[in-house]
Amino acid sequence: MYTEKVMKHFHNPANMGKIANPDGVGKVGNMACGDMMYMYIKVAKNKQGEDIIKDIKFQTFGCVAAIATSSVITELVKGKPLSDALKVNNTDIMQSLSGLPPIKVHCSVLATEALSDAIYDHYKRNKKPISKELKAKHEDIVRHNKMLEEQYKEYLDTQELE
Amino acid sequence: MKKEQKRYYFDYAATTPVDKRVLKAMKPYFSDNFANPSSIHTPGMDASEAVESSRKIIANYLGATPSEIFFTSSATESNNWALKGIAATAKGDKKKIIISPIEHHCVLNTAKYLKKMGFEIVETPVDKEGIVDVEKLKELVDDKTLLVSIMHSNNEMGTIEPIKEIGKICDDKNVTFHTDAVQSYGKMPLNVNEMNVDLLTASSHKIYGPKGTAILYIRGGTQIEALLHGGGQESDKRSSTLNVPGIVGFRKATEICVKEMKKEWKKQSKLRDKITKYIKEKIPNSHLNGPALGKPRLCNNVNVRFDFIEGESLLMDLDSHGIAVSTSSACSSPKLEASHVLTALGISKGDAHGTIRITIGRFTSEKDVKYFLTTLEKSVTKLRVMSPLNTRNC
Repeated sequence: MYTEKVMKHFHNPANMGKIANPDGVGKVGNMACGDMMYMYIKVAKNKQGEDIIKDIKFQTFGCVAAIATSSVITELVKGKPLSDALKVNNTDIMQSLSGLPPIKVHCSVLATEALSDAIYDHYKRNKKPISKELKAKHEDIVRHNKMLEEQYKEYLDTQELE
Repeated sequence: MKKEQKRYYFDYAATTPVDKRVLKAMKPYFSDNFANPSSIHTPGMDASEAVESSRKIIANYLGATPSEIFFTSSATESNNWALKGIAATAKGDKKKIIISPIEHHCVLNTAKYLKKMGFEIVETPVDKEGIVDVEKLKELVDDKTLLVSIMHSNNEMGTIEPIKEIGKICDDKNVTFHTDAVQSYGKMPLNVNEMNVDLLTASSHKIYGPKGTAILYIRGGTQIEALLHGGGQESDKRSSTLNVPGIVGFRKATEICVKEMKKEWKKQSKLRDKITKYIKEKIPNSHLNGPALGKPRLCNNVNVRFDFIEGESLLMDLDSHGIAVSTSSACSSPKLEASHVLTALGISKGDAHGTIRITIGRFTSEKDVKYFLTTLEKSVTKLRVMSPLNTRNC
């Protein structure tokens, strides 16, 4: 069902955990599909003065594919300028994993959403200009999350989410 | 993945290994006595004799007569036949079929098909342990009811249904009653007369027999249409060349189960309770699905859910340690939806995700269980560390 690369990331995920004082957090997913991803980033400047992802960590509730895509996206973007990190799409993730079963492709999309929302959160916290594209993506994610949160409110209430 | 790893099988409800004694009984019927039991030459008659003696042994176990046992290719076929075959005899407005919401997909989807054909399908409710509400069912059975189909025991949860009571209701109201006894057959005594069932499904591969062989018991006098038309085998009710080695294997598997029934039930129930207690005591935020400890449950079934983690991840992590379990029922694993059985029991879709089914069997040892439990504990902990939902320390 899964490629060797997927299983490798699943068994030994990279950058798994939480960052204590993150510069940005992205929370996406829903309990109905059984995936929830939290992406934490720490931002710093490189020699060229660009904002880069200095550190990134994830926490994921979900299937093998959800955990593997979370892990692989952190590897793909760690150390990269934020503008480059935002260009990483789900095709890049799929390629890095040598593919995913068709019904699990949405996990790779979820991983890009978690990252872009963490970057959005960072921009917002620091009152930095946010591109139209990123804003639209964020609004989509919020809309989607809200819809699902309402659907599964009762469950989420009992989970004491931060 | 380590190819040579020792395998620990905890998925006996999905299928079982063929017992070596069964395989031995089947062997002569592949290349030596391979004849078609419909042929009237000597080898054909020998094959026919093998089939008929098998029919007799299976009938004996069920308290039926041999002519009431029909061999089929699978439980799915038997369940399709029971529902469609009875539906085909419907007259007037007698078009109501009552099922439970926790039936196997082959009953649910056949019912769905019959709904499209104009039948009224009614689901009788189950409680949070999966037990059919007999009083409610009594209210539902009326003059328009053609058939009631309730499983003997549930494949995911191990819930044993009050089949005798349901049989009595159907008998009193003169309604045909079918039970899918796939998970119970061979594990406990089954008597079609005591249960008042008119149709009963059982399958060989769940009881250490080969795949591709099953039965439908049909009470003498029951009006039912054939599903397969052809050369007229099985009293013209189920045409197809009989699967002689499969049928002989099913017989041998039945004989062994009947002989070892009490011993196996005792041994497996003990292991089942050991697994249940260990999980409850050692793994926080875990919940037993289905009947509570001490209540009637199939001897080989534990169904448990763990908060904060997802079943597929747990299954795959256990798999990497050589352990085979199931997330719900094997047939529905590739789908993303939560198990229909769990949701019917009132468990939310979110909660249902962290569920695994652990089913033991004849060849499960104490040592296997010990390894399984310590590995399970480690896997759950590992996945919980990754989970954002795990805000508590566990």
